[in-house]
Amino acid sequence: MTGELTNGWDDAGHMQVLTFDMQGETFAIEAGLVREILDRIPETVVPGASAMVGSLVNFRGRVIPLADLHKAFGFEPAGVTADSRIIVIEIEMDGEATLVGLKADKVHEVTVLEKAAAETAPRVGMRWRQDFIRCLAKRSGDFIVVPELERIFATGRSTDTSAFTQH
Amino acid sequence: MSVTDPLQVFRVESQELLEQIEQGLLDLENNPEDGETVAQVFRALHTLKGSGAMFGFEALASFTHHCETAFDRVRKGRATATPKLIGAVLAALDHMRALAERPDARSENGEALLAGLRQAMEDDGENTPTQPPSKTWRIKFTLPSDSFVNGTRPLALLDELRALGEAEVKAVADDVPELPALVPTECHLAWDVRLTTAHPRSAIEEVFIFVIDEMTLSIEEEGTAPPAAETAAETAEVHAAETPKDANQPAEKFETRHTMAGETVRVPASRLDELLDQVGELMIAQSRLKQVAGTTSDTGLRSVAEEIERLASELRDSMMFVRMVPISQLFGRFRRLIHDLARDTGKQIEFITEGETTELDKTVIERLADPLIHLIRNSADHGLETPEERRAAGKPETGRVTLSARQAGAEVVISVIDDGRGINRDRVRAKAEENGLIAPGAVLSDSEINQLIFQPGFSTASKITNLSGRGVGMDVVKRTIEGLRGAIEMTSKPGAGSCVNLRIPLTLAIIDGLLVRVGGGRYVIPLSCVEECVELSTEQDERSIGRTFLTLRDALVPFLRLRELFATGTAPDLYQKIVVVSTGSERVGLVVDQILGHHQTVIKPLSCFHAAVDTFSGATILGDGSVALILDVMHLVAVGQKQEERLRAAV
Repeated sequence: MTGELTNGWDDAGHMQVLTFDMQGETFAIEAGLVREILDRIPETVVPGASAMVGSLVNFRGRVIPLADLHKAFGFEPAGVTADSRIIVIEIEMDGEATLVGLKADKVHEVTVLEKAAAETAPRVGMRWRQDFIRCLAKRSGDFIVVPELERIFATGRSTDTSAFTQH
Repeated sequence: MSVTDPLQVFRVESQELLEQIEQGLLDLENNPEDGETVAQVFRALHTLKGSGAMFGFEALASFTHHCETAFDRVRKGRATATPKLIGAVLAALDHMRALAERPDARSENGEALLAGLRQAMEDDGENTPTQPPSKTWRIKFTLPSDSFVNGTRPLALLDELRALGEAEVKAVADDVPELPALVPTECHLAWDVRLTTAHPRSAIEEVFIFVIDEMTLSIEEEGTAPPAAETAAETAEVHAAETPKDANQPAEKFETRHTMAGETVRVPASRLDELLDQVGELMIAQSRLKQVAGTTSDTGLRSVAEEIERLASELRDSMMFVRMVPISQLFGRFRRLIHDLARDTGKQIEFITEGETTELDKTVIERLADPLIHLIRNSADHGLETPEERRAAGKPETGRVTLSARQAGAEVVISVIDDGRGINRDRVRAKAEENGLIAPGAVLSDSEINQLIFQPGFSTASKITNLSGRGVGMDVVKRTIEGLRGAIEMTSKPGAGSCVNLRIPLTLAIIDGLLVRVGGGRYVIPLSCVEECVELSTEQDERSIGRTFLTLRDALVPFLRLRELFATGTAPDLYQKIVVVSTGSERVGLVVDQILGHHQTVIKPLSCFHAAVDTFSGATILGDGSVALILDVMHLVAVGQKQEERLRAAV
């Protein structure tokens, strides 16, 4: 990717994304964040953690949290099918690069979205939280949801803030 | 590999030198006549000045120069290391530290410090011994041909010689080759200097301190020496020093000064962390291998697996050992703190350190610095009484703060002990009641009252200082220690002093663990916390419904059903086990479904998503590649204690 990124879009108004399915809807995340796509592997549930980021997996010898965006969009928890994958992304949390796994029902392709065909989520008439969505990109009669990951993860952390006051 | 930044190297080196100077000064305070220490301090100052100038820290170099001059006088016996002088140089050290960090640091402060230094020197002037008689020295030296490349400047050396006294310099051009053979970047000249100075021979040697290893140097005294016994000894030395004419052979006399190098290797801590990570991975791969080998009948594979297991655990142990550093590194810093505290509070404080050779993981040591500063400051500031109060109480006027470290099993216990007034429990209690931390009139044991000061609500500054003197930021101390998987406990006798014990695990990264199963999940309990495992029989289990206590050799132990705590939603195993864990004096039983065995645990920290889940202190990767959570025993014990308290309250 080239040029200064503003909210993921480059100068020419393009964004390279990876598209995947959750509950029949197509979602997209910036391709630059993606580190790896894994088959579903055994996960370890963390009792007491929030349902959104409720488990851990072993990613090449590192223990990384596994997030289930299904919860953020009110879907049923992700099931496991032959198409299920884990998308490992690297994002910045508290100023530190953090690896997080995302559960996807199916992973499609790396593609380019046009800014011209994207619009912010409407305030009304949506079953999802507006602030969880960065934009909706129209493509061949349907639309692709670009989630606002930072926002979602901020709520994914436990509401108990006592552990954060130490830092 | 990254290129080492010379500035960084200088910073590290200067920090070390400053520390060395500081330690030396504090030693001198107790023993002002110690010539060896004076020389050490002087050398360190000199080196600091030299390398400061070399790396462009001009301000540092010129500032250090003044301190060096002061110490030069002490070294030559023309002044004594008075407390005043030591104080002035100590104050100057802080300024030097700032200058070493930022070469452009403001120097207004510096002027005042220098004035203080001059003052200290002048005060001392009256007992200045008479100037020793001047002697004339003949100094011949040749620099190695590559010395320009290494940054040696002969002119600077000559200037330094000139600064010592009247010098007559002759260049010896005998070895300069014919023009076609001349390499302009090489040094072909030698010098012959006649120097008349009152400085001793060592001052002349000092000039060459940086180049002495590579060069040929001879220093001879000329004729006019008085026939004292001392001179005889000195000339003998001169002869010994001048005999090795060979350029490659340094004078033996100087060897002692250079023995420090070569024995240790400086490695960035990040590289050690990387290495440790890899050892961790190896341990995980090894336990996988062990599992695979366990399922085959191939004896060859099994014996190799065993061999690798042994090697890997040896490697792990030596890796741990590499990361260990003696705690003296940390303790050394506090001498200065005590010195300053004594000055500020007007108290007389004796500072004793014990067990400085005790070793701890490097990261742990770094994170201990702040809590210990807190504790020591509390002890000296609030714990100890003023000399008058102490006299009135029939105690020696000098208060004592002891900092000790010792290893106990897989833990290191660090104690901060003072012989001050101790905790005033009545006032702590009153304060806690006022803050609503305890109910008015609640029955609390002495140790429970002592623990109150670690409560977050119990601190905040000035009020506490008037109250009992303790509690400033104690909750912060406690949190830091718990972050290191350690524990803190406090004992106090009114009028006789207080003692704070910090129990810190030896290392953060790898622990021995007990692998257990709860429902479908596997968990690791740090083995160092495990006291015993007992079976929870069915009838015991049924009887215990509604109450969660277990009688263990006549003692009541609260227990927690992890199955319920983790909401596994599974039926209990027929033969449940109770793992009794403890932190210090408190115990709690953890009911698990099955004990799976011993597991070498490489601790992986939890991400920020799970940092708030305090039941677990980390995660680890098991032999089959899956992830297991490590139980935070400290937290679980606290939960058990609360349960007990609730029960007591109900009774």
